[in-house]
Parts: sequence; structure tokens; C-alpha cells
Amino acid sequence: MAETATRSKSATSGSKGRRSGTRSGGNRVQQRQENTALASESPEALRDYFRQMSLVRRFEERAAQGYTQAKIGGYCHLNLGEEATVVGLMSALRRSDYLFTNYREHGYALAKGIEPGKVMAELYGRTTGTSKGLGGSMHMFDTEVGLLGGYGIVGGQIPLATGAALAIDYRGGDEVVLCQMGDGTTNIGAFHESMNIAALWNLPVVFVVVNNYLGMGTTVDMSSAESELYKRAVAYRMHGERVDGNDVVAVREAAGRLVEHARKTGQPAMLEAVSHRMKGHSVVDPAKYRSPEDAEAAREADPVAAFRSQLISAGVLDEDGAAEIERTVQADVDAAVAFADDSPHPDPATLFDYTYATPVANDSRRLPADPVF
Amino acid sequence: MTEIHMPRLSDTMEEGVISTWRKQVGDQINRGDVVADIETDKAVMEMEAYDDGVLEKILIGAGETVPIGVPIGIMGDGSGAAAAAGASGGDSDGSAAGSATTGSNPESDSPGSAATEPAAPRSAGSAESDAGPRERPKASPLARAVAREKGVDLSTVTGTGPGGRIIRVDIEAAAEAKTATESPQQSAAESHRAERSEPQQQNEDLEEIPLSNIRKVTARRLTESKQQAPHFYLTSAVDVTDLVSFRSDLNERLQASGGPKVSVNDLVVKACATALRANPSVNVSFRDEKLFQHKRVHLGVAVALDSGLVVPVIPDADRKSVSEIAAEGKEKVERARDGKLKPDEMSGSTFSVSNLGMFGIEEFSAVINPPEAAILAVGATREEVQVRDGEFAVRKMMRMTLSADHRAVDGAVGAVFMQQLTSLLQDPIRIIA
Amino acid sequence: MAVITYRQALHDTLREEMLSDENVFLIGEEIGVFEGSYKITAGLLEEFGEKRVRDTPIAEEGFVGAAVGAAMLGLRPVVELMTINFSLLALDQIVNHAAKIYGMFGGQSNAPMVLRTPGGGGQQLGATHSQNIELYYAFVPGLKVVAPSTPADARALLKASLADNDPVLFLENLALYNTKGEVPDELPPAEIGKAGVTRPGSDITIIGYSRMATVATQVADQLGEEGISAEVIDLRSLRPLDRETLVDSVRKTGCAVIAEDDWLTYGIGAEIAASISDGAFDYLDAPVRRVAAAEVPLPYAKPLERAALPSAESLHTAVRQTLDAVGHRR
Repeated sequence: MAETATRSKSATSGSKGRRSGTRSGGNRVQQRQENTALASESPEALRDYFRQMSLVRRFEERAAQGYTQAKIGGYCHLNLGEEATVVGLMSALRRSDYLFTNYREHGYALAKGIEPGKVMAELYGRTTGTSKGLGGSMHMFDTEVGLLGGYGIVGGQIPLATGAALAIDYRGGDEVVLCQMGDGTTNIGAFHESMNIAALWNLPVVFVVVNNYLGMGTTVDMSSAESELYKRAVAYRMHGERVDGNDVVAVREAAGRLVEHARKTGQPAMLEAVSHRMKGHSVVDPAKYRSPEDAEAAREADPVAAFRSQLISAGVLDEDGAAEIERTVQADVDAAVAFADDSPHPDPATLFDYTYATPVANDSRRLPADPVF
Repeated sequence: MTEIHMPRLSDTMEEGVISTWRKQVGDQINRGDVVADIETDKAVMEMEAYDDGVLEKILIGAGETVPIGVPIGIMGDGSGAAAAAGASGGDSDGSAAGSATTGSNPESDSPGSAATEPAAPRSAGSAESDAGPRERPKASPLARAVAREKGVDLSTVTGTGPGGRIIRVDIEAAAEAKTATESPQQSAAESHRAERSEPQQQNEDLEEIPLSNIRKVTARRLTESKQQAPHFYLTSAVDVTDLVSFRSDLNERLQASGGPKVSVNDLVVKACATALRANPSVNVSFRDEKLFQHKRVHLGVAVALDSGLVVPVIPDADRKSVSEIAAEGKEKVERARDGKLKPDEMSGSTFSVSNLGMFGIEEFSAVINPPEAAILAVGATREEVQVRDGEFAVRKMMRMTLSADHRAVDGAVGAVFMQQLTSLLQDPIRIIA
Repeated sequence: MAVITYRQALHDTLREEMLSDENVFLIGEEIGVFEGSYKITAGLLEEFGEKRVRDTPIAEEGFVGAAVGAAMLGLRPVVELMTINFSLLALDQIVNHAAKIYGMFGGQSNAPMVLRTPGGGGQQLGATHSQNIELYYAFVPGLKVVAPSTPADARALLKASLADNDPVLFLENLALYNTKGEVPDELPPAEIGKAGVTRPGSDITIIGYSRMATVATQVADQLGEEGISAEVIDLRSLRPLDRETLVDSVRKTGCAVIAEDDWLTYGIGAEIAASISDGAFDYLDAPVRRVAAAEVPLPYAKPLERAALPSAESLHTAVRQTLDAVGHRR
């Protein structure tokens, strides 16, 4: 009982009240900023967070542009507004730790350490992309940095991440799995089945819910009976807590603590990062369903701008230093676009190269107009 | 200068309408400003600027539709140089504007440009127009392939598969027949060399006769019958003295009224039909391990032709008069001789009668004509000395033998049928009753 | 050479593979303490422990997905799905994930795993526990689907499936578990993607897989006594499909009957019939016949269940009718 109580207390401490209808993120941002001790991080680290957040911001803006230019196809979901969450989470992981994400993962790919050019090339569908152009926006992958996939089916990545943690446990490794998802995902069966399994088997996985209060156009209040999502962990006797996703240092601190705990004890945990989606669900979503106040709040909460001023006022960075970082990032993104644009398209002759890992007799290599015999 | 292109703003969008220009020529634009509203196939979207600058030229006006990627405006530093360069860019701008759907298509207005060269009229009397609608023979792909290979014309082949489908065996039979007709000696010789390697000399004593289709079908069906149907035989001797005189009387009267002559066989056929109606257990078929009861009585009358045996069918013989049976039988036999009997006039019989009496055959037993369950073999009528009421008497006697399929008909059932048939023939007035 | 049951062949092969490869582990419902719903895994928990024989909650999507994730990190999970009916609860993980891992990420990862699951009706288990829905998986590129019909094939194909680096759906059948057959001691792994001619013949081709492949050989034996030479093909692999072997046979015999436990419309047999049309059109002397289950949710009552399912009798009838249609021995 004592343990359960501890968990409940820990969960409640992160709760700053749910308001029905409209979100109440603005208040939390201020509370967090007051509470955040920049001093807990080195100036170099803080500047690097800013650089990475700026990179994600600029990269995503260019991705949107590339989409409108029809250089990028399919769906294109952006991390705009979630830069603090993305960078905070990724900075808590070792390179050898594993990451599973949903389809809104360009920023995670960058922050986990993949070259921007490779990420952009994947968006452009080129052979130099993270998945050789076979995956696209939703399906980035890189074994070297431990990104074990962006996944397009809501909730599909959660059982996989749990299984990866099972493999770590099976072999006695010290890696940890971070499984990212959106708020809407906490209502799907795979979430609950996996939370149960992870807790039951003591698997080193941290489930991170990025709560931007919108699953496409459906709000958390419309979709979740318990809208304080971290509380769902309690049902699985799992530690759950909520953090201000607009505060990179707070996210870094919370994620780091849970990841290291998982590494040490094998115990899973759940972290809810409350943040904003600055734009539509995807590039092509005008987000007309949002109230002007909500949209305005999202713009005002811009984590990149906020962190920039925070660093300047704290003396970690001056205006020139910030501008210099922004110029570097702009150059990186321009180079990424140029790299993607110059990269070759996959040759249709390679169409059948990646259906099976083990070649198999009678594997069909028929093109649509080909006869079967 | 920077061209502003029609952006793609939906995953299914191919073209967009400029709903409104939010910026006018000369306006300063900052990155992120809304430049125009674009109507896609799904929604009206705001188009934001990706660069800073001044809108120098609007290439596509509000309300117009252009495909994605087409330049719709030009941004520059405000000097106007960009617009000038853009305008002198010539072709690309021109074609972009031309592709707006508001323009008319000059080609369609230009006289003589339409590709209206008259097509050459179809030559009169082309094969297609002359030939009437020809039914495509129903044949399996394998049969068609074998027919192509062996040069067999499908229209000359009778199909024996389901629904008359021509199947491989039909083509092979037709091809054999054809080969035999074309060079009988050679083919006979070859086949025997191949099969037996017999000396040439002996082969000259043997000549293969090409099988007619009738004979082939007969051979197959009767083999099947004799192999599959356990035959049993019941023979009766019938005193036809009264029948013969009855027939003479009948023919005299019919002749007087211009009707056809009736044969003894016609009377036998009618008597069989009547007896079958009274004994439905004989009017049956055994097929695929199942017994079927025929509800109608269709009599087959076996006729020997030069090309083989044919069995014209007289449908519903039990409901027809003797003279109708006689007329129908005569007409069908004549057409059978001319090869003009249709296949459906030779199928569907539920019982057959075969008569070899005209050849002086006293009695014989016939092979059942499947899927019938019985056949009656009728011999010649001869005068014999018989004992009648304890005295010798000369009577006209006829012997007939029923062959029956024991899977379908039991001995006693067949015997009762024969008893009734005999009784009818010996009291002929009941035949026409 | 030993004569053992299909169940024993599976059990022994699993045990051997676990002994020879540390990365092979079993995961599924009731496979450990309960020793398996159909006792395939009997005794293995005791021998290998909980790490290698992992009982799961009733959470098909969760544990199948966990197996995919573990496989991505190089383990070789063998998942037992109690029956194929329950695989539907894991459809997303099998179709949207296991099947896509290799291709979607440009060959950087793969999911070497075996999904063992029995199909089949005829045990009065009613509509939801009697289905033959292997088609759902055979439809999906990226998956491999095998369907052994004999103890020897069960062993050879399970070995092949465990050696394979792709997800393999391994179709078993309730009616086959107790069937016996010879299993050679030194049996090499089978080749996935290959069908087998289990009875050579010349008059007609009969094609089946799983339970219906054994029914097909019974019927072929009976036909042999009736003077008919039937060639039997056991598909063994549903994806990839060995069209060559099917077509070669039909080019020889000119006619074919397909025996399948699934429903006819859109079923496995439909694909086979289409393949025969593609590759042996000019060799067909009769339409390809399919003997398949009646298109109803399978009823519980025995006479209704019996009427709905294909049998040796129904296959025999279809074969005789097809032989009639090509004028065989008429």
C-alpha cells in the first residue's frame, strides 16, 4: 500500500488542475519558468538546447515549404511548438538508448542525432534518406542513433517499444527505451495492453505522452475520461508524472530522472509533457476548429522564443550569440535542403529489394501490367 | 527575385484557386505573412510567405485556377527589376498564364485545324458484314489448343462434354477420323507399325475404316453401358396373330382416310409406352449412384443406317396415337437417313425399342442405351405350331427380349412389365384404347 | 525414422531450436503453467524457465507487438496465438508492423519471428472459434505464410521458419494435432515458398493445404482404387505461392480441383484458380473446381457444421464430376 500511495502522491504533485473546454497551459508555463533552475545545467548545454530547438523550428518550417512546393509528398506532421519537449526528451537519452515515436517525428530524428540532410532527404523520398526514401515523413529510422522507427498507426509503436525493452531485459543490457506518443493515443488498446505488460514484467521503458490537447481536431476533454493523462499509469501500478513541455530544462530533468530509474531498476514509467501544437495537425490542416484564443495562446507560448529570451536575460547568451546560432541553423537547414534536392531518386529497379530479409522462392516480382505467366 | 508558386495545400490537391490576394503590388511582405488565400479541393488555406520582400507583380489574379507549382506572383526588393525580369522570362510566364482555365482554347476555334479527315469508308461486303452472327462453338481451352495443333475445325465437331462442350477427347476423335479419311492406308499402316511392328505383308490384309462420329459415340456409350450396367434379360414369346390382322384392318381404314400406314413396330412402340406408364419402375435411370424416376415417357426407336445406329426419339409416346407415332417415326427416320436429325431429337429417350425382325432374326438381346434402364429387342414374326386349348394350332409368333439394368430394375419388376406388354400385344384393341 | 504425432513434431522441434539458440523464446497465452491450450509446449517451462517460456496476459496486440519489438533487437520469438481467430486482435501488429519493418525502413531492421496458430473447424466450437482466415495474412507482402499438413512437414517448415529473418505465420490445424506420420531423424529444413507433389498422377490435379492436403491424399488413394490417377499438390507455403508447381501439374492433367477449408469467395482457392488460368489456360479441359466451406458463420449443431465443411466425400464428388466433364473413361 505504501508504494501505491507514494505513486499517487507523486502523480498528484504534477497535477495543476484540469479545466474543461479550454486548456490551461499558460498558467503552468509561468509556474514552471519560476521553478526551473537554469543553473542546474551548464551554459554550453543550455546553448546547445537552444541550437537544437532552433534547428527543429527552422527545419520544420522548411519542411512545410517543401511540402507546398510538392517536393514532399504524403502527409507531413510537424513538431512546431513542441521543440522544448523534443529536445528535452532526447537530451535525456544516451545514443545507445532506443527511441520509438509516432508519425510526428522529424524533430526527434534530428535531436537523436541524425544529420538534417538525411532527414530532409527522407522527406524528399531520396535514396540518401534515413529510410532510403522508402519510409517518408512518418517512417524515419536509424539504427546508429537508436531511432527504431517513426510509426504511422496511432499506438502501433507502443507494443514494439515494450518488446524492445523485453529484449534488453532478456539480454541483461543497460539500455532504456523511450516510447513517444500523442495524447489521443492513450485511449487505444495497445497503450493499455503495453503499459500492463511493461509493469508486469518490469521492462525498462519510459512512455512519454506529448499532450498538445489536440488529437487532430479532437480535444483531450472530448476523448479522454481521465484528461490528466499521467494518472492512467496508476492503473498499472506504474509511476506517472506531468511536466511542462514548453520548458526544455524541466522536460530534460523529468525524462532524465525516469530514464535513469528505468536503467537502474528496470521499472517502466510514464511522463506526460504538456505542450502546444502551433499549427494544424499536418501542413495541410488550417485548424479552423481552434478558437482564436487557443491559437493565440499557442503562438504566445512559443517555446523557442521564450527560451531565447530566458537565456539572454539570464546572461547565458547575448543577442549576437543567439543570432549567430540562428544563422548556423539556417545554414544547416539550407544545406539539408540542397543535399536532399541533389540526392538521387530510388531506381524503380530496386522496387523489390526490401520485401524480405531472407530471399525466398517464388517471391513475386511482378509489376502491375505484367502477366503472371 | 523570388517567384511565388501555387502551393500544394492538401494531400490530394492538384490545382488551386486564388481566392483573394491579401497583399497588393508594392506591399512589403515579411516571412510568415499571409500573402493570399488559396482554395484547395478541401478548404480555403492561408498561403504564408517563406521569404521577406516586396510583392512586385501578380501573375495570376483572384478567381483563377492554376496547377500547383505555377508561378502566381513575383517578389523582389521593391525596385521592380524582379517583375521586369519575370515578365521577360517570356515562355514560362506565358505558358503559366495560358494554363489558367479562364482562357479559351485557340485551337478549337481555328478552322481547319480539327482532325476531321474522314475515315476511309469500310469496303462494302467485308467478311464481317457478310457473315451472319456465327455461334462460337463451346469448347474447352485444351480442346481449342489441340484443335489448333491438329488442324481440326471446331464447327465440325460434336461436343460430348457438359452442355455439349467440345473437350479434348472429341477433338482427338475428330482428328483421328480426319487423318484416316485423308490417307487411310498410310495411317492404318503407320498405326499398326507403331503398335505392333508387324510385317508389312500382313498389314495389307487389314484396312482401317475411319470412324464416323455416330459410330464413335455409339462405341463409347455402349461400352460404358455394357461395362457399368449389369444387364439381365427377359424373353417372351408373343402370339401376334390378332395383332397382325388388327394392323391390316387398321391400315385399311387409315388408308381410306388418307392416313399413314402403321407397322407392327409402331404398335409395339405404343404398347411399350402404355406398359411403361403402367409400370413407372421401369421408366427410370441410374446415374452417379442415384436412381431417377422419369415422369414422362419418351420412346427411342433404334434404326440402322449405313453410317451406324441412330435412335430417333418419340417424346411422350404414351400420349400419342399409333398413327401419330407412325407418322412421326417415319418422318424422323427419313431425316436420320439424310443426316438431318437434330441432336435433341436423338436424345432424352427413357426407353428404347430395337427391331431386327425384318432381317428374319428370331430373337436377340440388345445393349441398354444409357441412361435408360431397359431396352426391348424385337424379333421376326413367324408362323409356328402352338398348342391352343389342347390342340395344335398355327399361330403367328414374335419373340421379344427385355434387357434391363439391374441397378435400377429388379427381375420381377421387369417380368411384370413384360407380362403386361405381352398381354397388350395379344389383345391389340387395348393398345389403341 | 519415427512415427509421431503432428503435436509431438512441433514440440520436439521447438525444444531443439531452444536448445540450439539462446535467442529463441516462446511467448503466448497459457503456454507455460498451463502447458499450452493444445499442449504443444508441454514441459518446456519446466525445462527452460520463465525467461524462455513467457506466459502473457490476454493481450494479443500487446504481446504480439512486443514479440515484433524483441525481434527487431535480434531475438527470435515464437509466438503462440491460441487460435487463428484471436490473431485478429493482433492484426495491426502483424499486418501494419511485423510485415512492414523490413521494407518500410529500407532494410535497416527486420522482425525474425514465428507466429504459430491453429485454424480449423469441425470441433463444434461455433462461429468465432472455427475459422480459416489464413488468407488475411497470405494477402500481405512482407509476411511469409506456411501451412504444414504432416508431422514431417511441420518439423521441416518450423525449422525453416525459425531460420528465416522475416515474420512467418505458421498455420497449424486443430484436426491435425493428433495425426501421425513418419518423421525422419535427420530432416533438413523445408524451403519456404515451395509446394510439394505428394502423390504423382496424370488424370487430374488436386490442390490442398493444411488439413485439406491430407484429405486430398486420402481421396487420391480412394480414386486410385477406382482406377483414377490423381496428382496431389500440397501448397505448404501460402505466401509466397508456388505457382510453377501448380501450373506444371495442370498442364499435364488438363483439369484441377482445389480443396480448401476456408470460404470460397475471395478464398485461397480463388487465387489458385486464377493462377491456373494464368499459366495453364490452353491446357484446361474443364473449369477449375473449388471445394470450400459453405459461406455461413459456422453453426454449432453437428449436422449443420458437418454440412458446411468440406470433406473427403465432397472432394471425391467434385473430382468425379470434373473427370466426367473431361470425358474420362466415358
